[in-house]
Amino acid sequence: MREELLTIIENNCRIGLKDLAVMLGTTEETILNEMETLEKEGVICGYHTLIDWEKTSIEKVTALIEVRVTPQRGQGFDKIAERIYNYPEVRSVYLISGGFDLLVILEEKSLREIANFVSDKLSTLDSVLSTGTHFILKKYKDYGTVLSKKREDEREIISP
Amino acid sequence: MTKELSERVKNIKPSGIRKFFDLVSEMEDVISLGVGEPDFDTPWHIRDEAVYALEKGKTFYTSNSGLKALREEISNYIKRTQGLYYNPDDEIIVTVGGSEAIDAGIRALVNDGDEVIIPQPSYVSYEPCTIFANAKPVIINLKSENNFKLTSEQLQSVITPKTKILILPYPNNPTGAVMEKDDLERIADTIIKNDIYVISDEIYSELTYKGEHTSIISLKGMKERTILINGFSKAYAMTGWRLGYACAPNQIIKQMNKIHQYAIMCAPTISQYAAIEALKNGDDDIKQMRQSYNQRRRFLLNAFKEMNLPCFEPLGAFYVFPCIKEFNMTSEEFAEKFLKEKKVALIPGSAFGASGEGFLRISYAYSIDNLKTATERLKSFITELRGLR
Repeated sequence: MREELLTIIENNCRIGLKDLAVMLGTTEETILNEMETLEKEGVICGYHTLIDWEKTSIEKVTALIEVRVTPQRGQGFDKIAERIYNYPEVRSVYLISGGFDLLVILEEKSLREIANFVSDKLSTLDSVLSTGTHFILKKYKDYGTVLSKKREDEREIISP
Repeated sequence: MTKELSERVKNIKPSGIRKFFDLVSEMEDVISLGVGEPDFDTPWHIRDEAVYALEKGKTFYTSNSGLKALREEISNYIKRTQGLYYNPDDEIIVTVGGSEAIDAGIRALVNDGDEVIIPQPSYVSYEPCTIFANAKPVIINLKSENNFKLTSEQLQSVITPKTKILILPYPNNPTGAVMEKDDLERIADTIIKNDIYVISDEIYSELTYKGEHTSIISLKGMKERTILINGFSKAYAMTGWRLGYACAPNQIIKQMNKIHQYAIMCAPTISQYAAIEALKNGDDDIKQMRQSYNQRRRFLLNAFKEMNLPCFEPLGAFYVFPCIKEFNMTSEEFAEKFLKEKKVALIPGSAFGASGEGFLRISYAYSIDNLKTATERLKSFITELRGLR
């Protein structure tokens, strides 16, 4: 049940407790307990909303920054990753295999702010060797959801 | 032209669904629960394989019975699901949907006047195909108190010396009924004793919600008298690809192949390449879709329970079949009134045979949000109807 529950709420966390219980063929209490356990275990980390900011009047600029760092003795990449993710404007930090070490996703109000972050805060960290910044021009799909167009039901309205 | 058209064809009524379709298409903003096909897109890796086949120029006819590689995959699939072997060389034919297999299967087996037993409510094509083949449809009216399963008593009661075929449409469209292993065992003796062929339409075999589907071919003495029909439409959400297949003993497939060869030539080549990918790597897609259908099935059943609308628990396909006899309307009247007043389209049970009268076919090949809105409208509709009494 756990996997099925997670699959449902990963796509729609606003679905009601009662509906969840019905859909999974169990009781509301069971669902509630399971969700609490999942939260405690840190499996469920939050209930966020997917927003396409482009459709609002609010300016947002997102950048992907490739960061090469020197891992520190005894702490590997964790220490430097923490140093970076503590900045609230940093949306995500991933340890990456391949040509660089950390992928940092940054969201700011303008290009200048991103530039400032990279030059003033990120590059100046001792263990950061180099950075490469890529700006996102358009988001087509995010978190499994297509942002650009709505999916229409194209089936015949009635069929045998 | 003054010469009369074919009497046999003229005498066949157009599908009851067609009539309803015309009505719906005149209206706007209708929520439909009337669709008999999955709401999922064909999984991308399957579509991608078709694109790749196109790019490589795989645009020619295949052999009449279908690509060898596809027939081999079909054979593997039946081996791993039912544990039985069909020879890809001469016991499997790839058809244009399950529908073509039904038509060719009936035509390959009957002589003029032979009787074909058709349990109803069921899919709309068995009866016309039987008539087209100059055979005689013999209808069994399935009963809701038996959960729309076929019983050996019912079967025995219609058998005559002319009986040739039993159509076995499970998991069932429109009722959602399934025949589990012990249900099948109960009818198998009657079938064998009377030496009847079976056309087992198992197009919904992957969509069962309590245990694995059992095919009648897995029962002793059945494989040699059965045409097993299945396809890609429902399991892999591939309706528009028009691809199905039949498996049967060599002497039957040989005859079906002639009908197929002269009427159709071969099933669409691009679709066949896509189907190979579906059978090879599509098990996970099926699992996910099945899980999703099951959630919706439970959701609908619960909604009916809450509005006191009697409905047996369907364990297959993606339909529920609630009973509306309390409202003293025909199912067509009910569906029409509901459509006009609440703008929700569903299909009157009578479209699937006389024994579907008093029931509605509601499809759950829709998102939960869609089902929610529709059931709320249904609830307000029947509350109003009950208030009038």
